[in-house]
Amino acid sequence: MIYTTIINNQTISISDIPEMNYNEFIDLNTGFLTNSPEKHCVNYFGYPVSNQIRLICCIADDNTHQIYLSSCFVKSGDQLDSFTARNFNFEKFEREIHENFGVDYNDHPWLKPVRYAKNRFDPSQTIANYPFFSIESDELHEVGVGPIHAGIIEPGHFRFICNGEQILHLEIQLGYQHRGIEQQFLAKKKLLQRTTIAESIAGDTVVGHTTAFSHVWESLCGFQPSHDMEYARTLALELERMAVHTGDLSAVCTDIAYQLGSAVFGRLRTPIINFMQEWGGNRLSKGLIRPGRNQFPFTPELAQRLAGILDVYEPDFLEMNEQLFQLPSALSRFERTGVVSYEDVLSIGTVGMAARMSGLSRDIRQSHPFGLYPEMNHEPIIKHHGDVYSRVQIRKAEVKQSMQYIRNLIQNVPESSENEPVFQSPKPNSFTLSLVEGWRGEICHCAITDEQGELAHYKVKDPSFHNWLALALAVRNNEISDFPICNKSFNLSYSGHDL
Amino acid sequence: MFDNVKIVYHQGKQFITDTANAKVPGIFRGRPVISFEKVNEAELVDLCPVDAISGNPVSIDLGKCTFCGECAKQFPNKIRFTTDYKISTNDRNRLIVKEGDEEPIEVDPEKVRNEIRRIFGRSLKLRQVSAGGDNSCEMELNAANNVQFDISRYGIDFVASPRHADGIVITGPITENMAEPLQICYDAIPEPKIIVLVGTDAISGGIHVGSSALDRSFLDKYPIDLYIPGNPAHPLTIVNGLLDLTRKRKI
Repeated sequence: MIYTTIINNQTISISDIPEMNYNEFIDLNTGFLTNSPEKHCVNYFGYPVSNQIRLICCIADDNTHQIYLSSCFVKSGDQLDSFTARNFNFEKFEREIHENFGVDYNDHPWLKPVRYAKNRFDPSQTIANYPFFSIESDELHEVGVGPIHAGIIEPGHFRFICNGEQILHLEIQLGYQHRGIEQQFLAKKKLLQRTTIAESIAGDTVVGHTTAFSHVWESLCGFQPSHDMEYARTLALELERMAVHTGDLSAVCTDIAYQLGSAVFGRLRTPIINFMQEWGGNRLSKGLIRPGRNQFPFTPELAQRLAGILDVYEPDFLEMNEQLFQLPSALSRFERTGVVSYEDVLSIGTVGMAARMSGLSRDIRQSHPFGLYPEMNHEPIIKHHGDVYSRVQIRKAEVKQSMQYIRNLIQNVPESSENEPVFQSPKPNSFTLSLVEGWRGEICHCAITDEQGELAHYKVKDPSFHNWLALALAVRNNEISDFPICNKSFNLSYSGHDL
Repeated sequence: MFDNVKIVYHQGKQFITDTANAKVPGIFRGRPVISFEKVNEAELVDLCPVDAISGNPVSIDLGKCTFCGECAKQFPNKIRFTTDYKISTNDRNRLIVKEGDEEPIEVDPEKVRNEIRRIFGRSLKLRQVSAGGDNSCEMELNAANNVQFDISRYGIDFVASPRHADGIVITGPITENMAEPLQICYDAIPEPKIIVLVGTDAISGGIHVGSSALDRSFLDKYPIDLYIPGNPAHPLTIVNGLLDLTRKRKI
C-alpha cells in the first residue's frame, strides 16, 4: 500500500505518511476520485522541508469514514503535470501551492494567484494587477464591483462580463482580508493566543473553527476531551448553525425586497445569539470553546432558559416560513435562479450546504463524525435543484433539524469536569487532521510538528475555499440583478478564504 | 395580507425603547473593574494573549483587549467584567482602565471637534470599510441596524458610496491588501469627515499585532474621532458611542 489511512482527529507520525514519486502521487490521488462521488479532497498543501517542498494530499472517503494520506517531495520551479487537468477538485489547491512555493504546472487551466499571501513566492504579483479573464467583443461589457462592497460586508473584487442584463461570466478575486493567519499560528507560542487566532479566522464561524483547532491540539497532545466538553461544542455548533441560517434567511429576503421577512428573520436571530452571550458572555461565542477545558459549563438552568427561548422562537420562525414559501413573488425569484448542477458541484468539489443543494451528500457530521454526532445518527438535508430555492430550503430545514438536536441534547445536561487540563506537550514529528462540519460546511485544520514538538506548519481550510467557484458558476446566464440573492444564498466567507 | 398583519401582530414591539439604559442579558464582558487586591502581577500580565494588561499599577487597555475573560477567570478577586457596554470614547487613553477605576468610559466633549455636533448632530451617514475584519464586527454593525437596535431612528445610516458619507467606519486590523482601497475610500468622502474605529482589531491590531501582512500606516495620518472597543463591539456600544459623539445630551 502506498498511502496511509487515518480517521478524523487522529495524530500519526509524519514519517508514516508514505512518500512516492510525482507520477505515482498524481495517479494515486486523481485515481481515488475517478467515478467516486463518495471521495473528495479535504486538503492538499505543501510545506517547506529544508530546500524542498513536501506535498501532502488528504482524500476523505465518506463511506468508510477514512482519510487517505500520501506525500511527495518537489522543488520550487519544478514543471509538473497538474492534478487539475485530470480532476477539477484540485484546482484551488494547486493554485495555492503555485502561489506560495513557485511550483509550476504545465497544464493547469487557471493558474492565477489565490489570495496574495504575504509570504507568497513571487511578490512582484500584486493584488492591484490581478489577471482578470476578459472577452473581446463590441456587444459585451464588464462590470467591476469592489473590493469595498456597498453594504457592511467584507471586501472582494467581482468582475462580471455581461451581455446586456445577462451574466456570461463572473470572476471573483479574493485576498483583501489576508492577515497571515497560518503564519500567526506558528509565530504566537501561547495556547490562548493560538485559540484566539482560531476564533478570528471567520467571525461567523467562531465555534466551528475553534472546535477544529481544539481537536487538533488535543489530539497532538494525546488529550482525550471529556464528554461535557464535546457536549458543549456540539451544542454550540448547532446553535451557531441555527443563528446564521436564520440571519441568512433575513438577508435573502432583503435582496428580494421582502421587508417583512427581512425584519422578522433578522430579529429571530437575536434570541439565539443573545443566548450565546448568556452562556459564554459573547454574542458570537468568542471565548466559549477552549482546548482541554469546558470554559463555560452548560448548566440545567441554562438548559431550561434555552428551552424557553426555543419555545418562543419556533412558532414565529414557522409562521414566517409558511408565509415566505407560499409567496409567489418570493418563489419566482428563488426558483431556477442561480442553478449549479450535480455534475458541476461534484467536479469542483464543493462541500457543505453548497454540495447538498444539488444532491451531493457531503456532511462531516455523518461521514466523519466527531463530538457527540456519532450517537446522533445525523441525516444530512439534501435538495436537488441547486438553485436559490434549494439553498433557502436547506436553511429552513437545517434550522428545524438543529432545533430538534438541541432540544434532545438539553434533556440530559452532563456534569461538568472542572479540572485543569493536564496537557502533555505536542508530540514531535507528528501530523494531525481535524474535520468539523460548520454551518457553511466542512472545516479542515491540519498541523505538523517538528522534532521539538513545536508547530512547524498549520493549515486551515474554510469551506468557502471550495465554494466560491460554485457561486461563480451559479450566476452564469442569470440576470445581473439576481447576483445579490445568489451571493446571499451561499453566504461565503472572505476572511475564512483569505486567512 | 391578513397573514402579514398576523405576523406583525405576533412579533409585537421589538425595538429597544431606551438604548442608553437597556440591560444586556446574562453574563457579558463589558467594562472591567480592577480591585486593589494583591496578586502575582507577572503571572497576570503574562496570561493576556494580546499584552493588554500592564502591571504596577495593574491596568487593562480595552483598545487591545480581546475580552476573552481569561484574566477574570484566573484572578476573579482582582478583575471583574461588568455588563456596562458603554465603553466607546474619543480619548484613546480613556480606554485604559486602571486599578480602582470605576468611572464610566465616556466621550470627552472637550475633544470633539466643533463641526461634528453642529453638522452631524441630526444626521450622520457612514461608509463602512472592512479591512481584514473577521466579519464579527461587521455583523454587529449590521445588527445595529436591525429592528431591535434600529440605529437609523437616530438619523445614523450606513450608505453605499463614500461620496454620500460623512465619515468612515473601519473594522479589522487593516491588511496590506486593503491599505490602498481604504485610502481611496477615505479620500472620496467630502470634508468635514470623521473616522470611527470599531473593534479591538481596528483599534490596536488585536491578536494580529506583529503580523507582517498588515499595513496600519493609514491610522498614523489622521486623528481618530471615536473608538468603539469590543471583540466584536456590542450593537449597544456602537449605538451609544455614535450618539455620544454627535449629539448634545443633557449632563
